[in-house]
Amino acid sequence: MILSNTEEVPGRAIREFYGVVTGSTVRSKHFGKDLLAGLKNLVGGELKGYTELLTEARKEATERMIEQARSLGANAVVNIRFATSSVAQGAAELFAYGTAVRVD
Amino acid sequence: MGGLFDLAVPLILLIVGYFAGTMAEQSHYKSIRVRELRMRRMPTTNLKKPPAHWRVEKVALVAGSTVVSVDYFKRFLAQLRGFVGGRVRSYESLLDRARRESVLRMKEEAAKLGFDAVINVRLESSNIAAPFRNDRGTAGVEVLAFGTALKLIRQP
Repeated sequence: MILSNTEEVPGRAIREFYGVVTGSTVRSKHFGKDLLAGLKNLVGGELKGYTELLTEARKEATERMIEQARSLGANAVVNIRFATSSVAQGAAELFAYGTAVRVD
Repeated sequence: MGGLFDLAVPLILLIVGYFAGTMAEQSHYKSIRVRELRMRRMPTTNLKKPPAHWRVEKVALVAGSTVVSVDYFKRFLAQLRGFVGGRVRSYESLLDRARRESVLRMKEEAAKLGFDAVINVRLESSNIAAPFRNDRGTAGVEVLAFGTALKLIRQP
């Protein structure tokens, strides 16, 4: 599966459009990690636990989007965008969407 | 006695936050500069299309993200700043660091996978882990950089 956030796949022509595909996941904070993050908040800087959590969650959302594209018979997803929304206190939704297409 | 203790704790946190935060920031900036220099040969742009003469062999989505938080001292400074308004330098440097770090991580991922350039780079930031009622709990900002990595048939 070819993934791209450009409107078309550079170097290849789009043959067919299959519409918008989406993938999302909702994650909540890990208690232990949040405790560590709280400590880290004292001195500032990067919250590694959260970076990992979000990276992993985004990968999962992307994976689900790919799954949907594959079931439509696409071999690429273009114009991919990411979004986050906060669902409840301490939980966030990570969301990936794009257009499923068939390229040469 | 109790009053003294109440005063001492925030003061100690402030001092610890100041020194640890400043040291962490300086070493982070140093590492950013070194890595930026190392990665500068990889063309990175937010243009949607690659230059016409590039011949693309392979594309992939690459991303880099960083979650940063504000230290006790900086938050204190920002709160003081809130009275008069104006530039909040303590937060500016934090976001600058996070953004450059994210771009670097994205480029490093692209390089690791054998790509030559990154186009259509987008930067997004979102407020995650918003503090609980009035400033308690962890506050963090996530900066995400993502783009389309290209492997070229001939070097540009």
